[in-house]
Formats: sequence, structure tokens, C-alpha cells
Amino acid sequence: MQPKKEFDYFDRPEVIRKLWILLYIVCGLTVVGELFAHRHPHFGFDAFFGFSAVLGFVSCAALILFSKLVALLLKAREDYYDD
Amino acid sequence: MTDFPPVVLFILGALLVPVFRGPARNWFVILIPAAAFLLIANLQAGASWQVSFLGYELTFLRVDKLSKVFGYIFTLNAFAAFIYAFYLRDATQHVAALFYIGSALGVVFAGDLISLYLFWEIMAVASTMLILARKSQKSLGAGFRYVLVHLVGGLCLLAGILFFISQTGTTAFEAMTERNLGTWLILIGFLVNAAAPPLHAWLADAYPEATVTGGVILSAYTTKTAVYTLIRGYPGWEILIVIGCLMTLYGIVYALLENDMRRILAYSIINQVGFMVTGVGIGTAMALNGAAAHAFCHIIYKSLLWMSAGAVLYMTGKSRCTDLGGLYKTMPWTLIFGTIGALAISSFPGTSGFTSKTLIIEQSVAQHLVWVWLVLEIASAGVFLHAGIKFPYFVFFAKDNGLRPGETNRTMLAAMGFMAFLCIFLGVYPQPLYDVLPFGEVHYQAYTLSHVVSQLQLLMLSALVFFLFLPLLKRTETISLDTDWFYRKGGRAAYRVVDALFNNLNRACDRMLAQGLTGAVNRFAANAPARASSWLLTPIYRLQGRNGDAVDNFRRRIQHAFDAGLAPLGISAAVSGLFVVLLFLLR
Repeated sequence: MQPKKEFDYFDRPEVIRKLWILLYIVCGLTVVGELFAHRHPHFGFDAFFGFSAVLGFVSCAALILFSKLVALLLKAREDYYDD
Repeated sequence: MTDFPPVVLFILGALLVPVFRGPARNWFVILIPAAAFLLIANLQAGASWQVSFLGYELTFLRVDKLSKVFGYIFTLNAFAAFIYAFYLRDATQHVAALFYIGSALGVVFAGDLISLYLFWEIMAVASTMLILARKSQKSLGAGFRYVLVHLVGGLCLLAGILFFISQTGTTAFEAMTERNLGTWLILIGFLVNAAAPPLHAWLADAYPEATVTGGVILSAYTTKTAVYTLIRGYPGWEILIVIGCLMTLYGIVYALLENDMRRILAYSIINQVGFMVTGVGIGTAMALNGAAAHAFCHIIYKSLLWMSAGAVLYMTGKSRCTDLGGLYKTMPWTLIFGTIGALAISSFPGTSGFTSKTLIIEQSVAQHLVWVWLVLEIASAGVFLHAGIKFPYFVFFAKDNGLRPGETNRTMLAAMGFMAFLCIFLGVYPQPLYDVLPFGEVHYQAYTLSHVVSQLQLLMLSALVFFLFLPLLKRTETISLDTDWFYRKGGRAAYRVVDALFNNLNRACDRMLAQGLTGAVNRFAANAPARASSWLLTPIYRLQGRNGDAVDNFRRRIQHAFDAGLAPLGISAAVSGLFVVLLFLLR
């Protein structure tokens, strides 16, 4: 008797490729969705099309890069506090 | 039904816990918060249970909409947490949890600063037990540091309360209007428990070392009790806007660096409390409502996240991302519930985070606080990065480390399912929550197309960045140094300095006095008869015309005679007699 095959859907390379495509499509759709939304930009600089998308992308990239930078200073071995 | 403080139920319950055995005990502890929830729902507004203490009026039950909304969520969360803990047979943890949750309710319903302080300290001690109950070397150290930090914070609070009472003559806990030493010290005491940097390191240090259920329970009460006290006492203090904004970003940066899944969640508490503290600082009625609503929703989804991380720890015994991964294959329900919590913390439309956090962000716009708004938007994107995606991705997907633990037990899943339901329910239909908010009616409409589209853009692009930058986010087996470095390394350095100073002083004194001086006196006394005889007899011996070797030889003979006890009795007696004469002359 064959042992039951394990559920490994998300390990398959073709699935991961599809998920990547899906992610790009969803990102695109959220930006396209703005065409149908009536936004109320409040501060002026946030008035351009796709502001939230740009903000999301830039701020997350900046947060990651910044954390990598402080990591140089703050990372320590796990036994750092052990005497 | 006569009203009484909910804390009474919890303390009586805690005292009765040892009476029960086996599953009956678990049923019993589930019933206590359920009963307390009903009690709170029926409490009449007003102050009661007033006691006179040293000439001051203590109020143990002050009921208004603000205390009630926190009362609801504290008991609701306790109910779910005890269902989650149904597998647990450790009475110590149940008793500690009941005291902890009960005293958190004690703080929320306290009408004056003295009784508030009393429950504040009980919370600190009881919560420490939930950390120590893990019974590992690390939890022992972390629990010790945790309680010390909270005792220092408590002392700061006490000093502030004493100043406040001496200046105002009242103990009532209302919104602080004066800015003086007393109110600032009280604020610092509150901010320690709110985990505001740089006073926050206890949280990320201690919570991840707590037990499986201890972590779930701890994640809710200490910081949210502090948020309650800030809403009550410090609405509109602008400094809180700065502190809150700092907290939102601080939590994200550290959570991005972390490897331990429960430490990721601990840092994300700091991030989330930052939103609430900012809301308190903005201080408009709707911003305060937002802070209360966000605390309400946050407790639910954060508990849910700690529950799913706890289930993983319970089943695998591991909590480092580098050891985990690939668990979607064997823990699908834990994954699904955990992901709902992760979406809710990220304010994904359709979840409770979206209907509560946006209340605060909208108020930053209404008050034209451009920088505050920008920071909160950036932090919202960052939440999805560190808690929304990072936590589920590295625990349940990423690299398969070959762990096949199987799904966790049913009561854990039931508790998670309940909390996940609440996350979605309040996300789809927030009106019941809006109706119990304390400061005026809420007519906020979260679901406009423009809100939803903007939020989705922010979050989906954040997700894109996560996967594009994945190589930079690969976990390493490291820790990140935080402000606890100062008291952990500083404490040790102080220990070494004190050790070197006092122990060397001690050793020097020991050498000089105990060994040196006493030894010399001792040796002198022991040899006294022989020496005295030698001094007395040698000149006489010399008079007989002997010198050189003969004299030395004679001295040795005397010494030898005394050492061996062979000296004629008369000599000893004569020497003793001479000493008596000498003492008499010197008198």
C-alpha cells in the first residue's frame, strides 16, 4: 500500500511561480481600483494617482534597509548574555 | 443584583482553584471570566464600594463607559484564554492568571489613585509568576528582570501619586490638567507598563520566555491597562503623540530583526500600543474612542496571534524561525487562525484592525497633523511586513525543517476559532463595538471605496516588498540588543566593580587582622613562656662565660623543653609570677 502523499502544494516551484504572478496582478488591480474611487487627499502632496501604493512600497523598502543598517550595530550572538 | 467590583470574583475564584481537580478546575476557571462579563454588563454607572483609608476616600468601583469597555474585553479575552488553556493542569498558573487578570480589572474600575496603585503592584507580581512558571533558566532570569523593572516603575508611580495628593489634596483619578512633578512621575509610571521606549525592553525580554498560555494572557493586560490609564488620565498630552509615533516604528524595526516568533509578536505589541498612545495624545473624543476601540480589537487579534504561536511552541517545542517552517503541512488550522490574526493586526479590510485603527488615523487627518499621519501610514504598511507576513511566512512556510508535529489539541483550536470569528465579525460589523465606546456616538464609515482601495494599495505593495526583499530578511541565529543591555550588562559591570572593591577590601582586612594580627598575638602568647625564660636565662648563662654556639644551643634547649612540655614546673611558675609582677607594675 502506498503511504498517503503529503500535502506539499506550496513547496512546488510552479505554484510559487503562479503565486508571484498573482501577487503582481493583485498589486496592479489595487492601483487600477483607484480609478473608480473618489479620494479626498487632504495634505496636497498625497494627491497624485497611486499615492498609497508608492508610500507602501517606498516606506517598506526603507524600513527593511534601515533595519539592516541598525542590525550592523545591534545584532549579537544568541549566547551574548550568557556568562 | 447588588454591584460589586469584578476583581472580587477573580480573587475568590483564585482562592478556590486548589479545591478543584482535573478538568473540573479548567471548567471552573473558564466560568469566572464569563460570570465577570455578565456582572460588568449589568453594572450601573457611578461610584460605589468607597472605603476611608488614612483620611482618604478609596473607590473600588467606579463605573462609566470607559471602564466598562475595558472590562468587557478583559473578561472576554480571559474567557478565550482559559478555553485555550484547557489542556493545562498547572494550578499555579491558573491562580497567577486569575490574580493578574483580576487586578487588571481592579485598576480599570478603581476610582482613585491609591487603590489603582494597589492593583497595579498585584499585577506586576502575579504576572511574574506566569513567566517563572516556564521553569527554565532563561525564564528565571527574565522574570527577575521583569519584576525589578516593574517595581521601579511602580515606585515612580507611587512617588508621583504622593506628590499629586500632597499638591491637590485629592486622590481621585481623573484627567490630569496640571503639569508638575507629580503628574509627570505618574505618567512615567504608566509609560513603563505601556512599554514606551526606552522603558519597553522588559516586554520583549520577558514575554517570549513565559509559558505557552502565559504568553497569551500577558500579551493582553499589562500594556492595555496602561493604555486605559493614559486615556483616563492623559488625554491630549502632546508628548504622547511623539512617544506613540516612535513606538509604532520602533516595534517594526526590531520585529524585522527578530528570529524568535514570540519575540516578533512582543515587538509588534509595542508597535500596536504606539497607535493607541498616539490616539490618546491627539486627544479628541473620536481619537480617544479610536484608542479604546483599537485596544479592544488589538487584544483579540494579538491574543489570537500568541495562541497560534503558542500552539506551534506547544507542539514543536521550538520558537525560533530558523528552527521552524513548513508547518502548513501538518498544522493547517493553526495556520488559518493565525493568518486571520495576522490580517487583523495589519488592518486588512474585512478584519477588526481596519475598523478600529482607521479611527485614529482619520483623527490625525482631521487635526491636520501631517507628520503624525505620515508616520502612522508608514507604520501601517510596516505592520503587514513584520507581523502580517513575516510571522506566518517563516513559521508555516519558508524552509521546511522537517518538523511534522501534527495539529494541536481541539480546545486550543476552539479558542483560536472563537477569536478569529471575533476578528472578522468586528471587521464586517463594527457597530456593536462602536456603540460601547466611551466618548460620544461614533458615526464612522470605514468601508468607503476610497478607504479600502488606499489600504489595499498600501498593504499589497508592502507584501510585494517583503517577497522582493526576502533575501535581506533571511533569519539568522542572532538576537538584537535593546535597552535592556544597559541593566543586563550594566548590572553585571556594577556587580564586578562592587565585587572587586569590597571583596578585595575584605580579603585585605582578613590578611591583616584575622590572619596577620591575631596570628601574631597567638604565636606570641603560645611562645611567651619559652621566650621569657630565654630572655631571663640567657644573660645569666652568658655571665657564666659562655657565648656563641653555646648560647644558641642553650636557647634551643629551652625552646625544645617548652615545646615538649619538659620544662621544670618551677620555671613556668616563676615566669607566670614575673608576668603578674609586670602587669602590676604597668597597671
